Amino acid sequence: MTTDDQTSGPLTLRVNGSAYQLRLDYRTTVLDALREHLGLTGTKKGCDHGQCGACTVLADGRRVNSCLLLAVAARGAEITTIEGLASPDGLHPLQAAFVARDALQCGYCTPGQICSAAAMLGEAAAGWPSAASASLIPEIPQAGPVTLDAAEIRERMSGNLCRCGAYVNILAAILDVAGDMARAEEAR
Amino acid sequence: MRPFGYLAPAGPAAAVALVAGRPGAAFLAGGTNLVDLMKLGVAAPDLLVDVTGLLPDGIEDTDEGGDGGQGSGLRIGAGVRNSDLAADPRVRAGYPALAQAVLAGASGQLRNMATVGGNLLQRTRCLYFQDVTKPCNKRAPGSGCPARSGEHRNLAILGGSPHCAATHPSDMAVALAALDAVVHVHGTAGPRAVPLSGLYRRPGGEPDRETTLARGDLITAVEIPALAYARNSAYRKVRDRASYAFGVVSVAAALDVDGGVVRQARLALGAVAPLPWRARAAERVLAGRPATAEWFGRAADAELAAADPLPGNAFKVTLARNVMVRVLSELAGAAS
Repeated sequence: MTTDDQTSGPLTLRVNGSAYQLRLDYRTTVLDALREHLGLTGTKKGCDHGQCGACTVLADGRRVNSCLLLAVAARGAEITTIEGLASPDGLHPLQAAFVARDALQCGYCTPGQICSAAAMLGEAAAGWPSAASASLIPEIPQAGPVTLDAAEIRERMSGNLCRCGAYVNILAAILDVAGDMARAEEAR
Repeated sequence: MRPFGYLAPAGPAAAVALVAGRPGAAFLAGGTNLVDLMKLGVAAPDLLVDVTGLLPDGIEDTDEGGDGGQGSGLRIGAGVRNSDLAADPRVRAGYPALAQAVLAGASGQLRNMATVGGNLLQRTRCLYFQDVTKPCNKRAPGSGCPARSGEHRNLAILGGSPHCAATHPSDMAVALAALDAVVHVHGTAGPRAVPLSGLYRRPGGEPDRETTLARGDLITAVEIPALAYARNSAYRKVRDRASYAFGVVSVAAALDVDGGVVRQARLALGAVAPLPWRARAAERVLAGRPATAEWFGRAADAELAAADPLPGNAFKVTLARNVMVRVLSELAGAAS
């Protein structure tokens, strides 16, 4: 797409259903493109080294650390940020559950927690295992969704740190939504 | 971060030619380690060659068949994301140690980004390597190693040298070492296969040279041979936190037990050496011996006889022994 001596170039980023034409230094991460070029400051920069999860967004539905994803390498992806998670009708169920459970103190990690949890619920529904033992034992049937208990959620959310220590209520909020989803699935 | 160019060639031959012909060029796959190292100033490529679009990203049966009931092996594309590898039903059922190892590493977000090829070539997390204000023989050859008299609690007890005691950080590679994986490489002369046991170098006097790969060599796939008793395998990782932390000691093992006697065993250690450490001395002790904790301990002792710990990580010798005995005992129990 370029000659190898150019260190910046034009590219299209697709974010929350809109396409944005940008000219970016190739050093720009998706995180910096969102915050500094698109004005989408819901996604937060915590450690900037892939360790804290505050920058978590969805790329083609999968949760990723946007601080380690170069924008130029993400030009084919559909990015979803915390701003794109809610529907026009109201909050995403996880957003509502975080409010109801008071699952935050300073709130800085919250957009990353919610984006991560949204994708995590999908991973469990797709039957993805985790290091929490139950879903990894080979004898357990592998088809079908993983039932999310507290141990599963703690393990699956370990890439999102909260320095205020709001983990107890973060866990409760995610358990609420996971339970609602399981009941809705049973009722179908 | 130093400015860099960016290219996304269409095929492996073009990508290989680009990196082989330019000393400052580097392959970019998931980027979870490379982009971080670029931010730290440890890596400073002047050209990134994005290979995510050209690497195979599927898992295929190798269909060896008819070889005494071993079943089929697997060929894993180098572009397969860690999370897809761990979720694959054939991996989970046939090689549980591999699924467990992948899931023991990093976080859900990082596993979604990180590729199999990149995982094999990730760099050590030794604090001195990652801090450009400190000497480090691996990052700046000849500058010295402050770890020997400094922070080395989590460094190597096996296979290191006076010049470097860094550990290889991968969990996945430990399971692949136990499973006799073969790495498929595309180089300037075309494709070739390298056994995983021949991919990594010990540091010796050149800790900056970590693998036997040449400039421009691109890992395109990892193949696991058929191994029926790999169904009875496990990966156990001991670390400072319950999740999302690099290992202090880890063990991958597969055990073939018949009537209380070990027919064959596969054993590899992680977080204790500059490379995923295949424990062949222990395997030799185990073959034909009773599947008991006493013999598992003797096997572990045989492997760890070569341990040469630093003052601050001598505890890893005992820990490695205990984890080996524990994992083998559990596998023996599961098989009986």
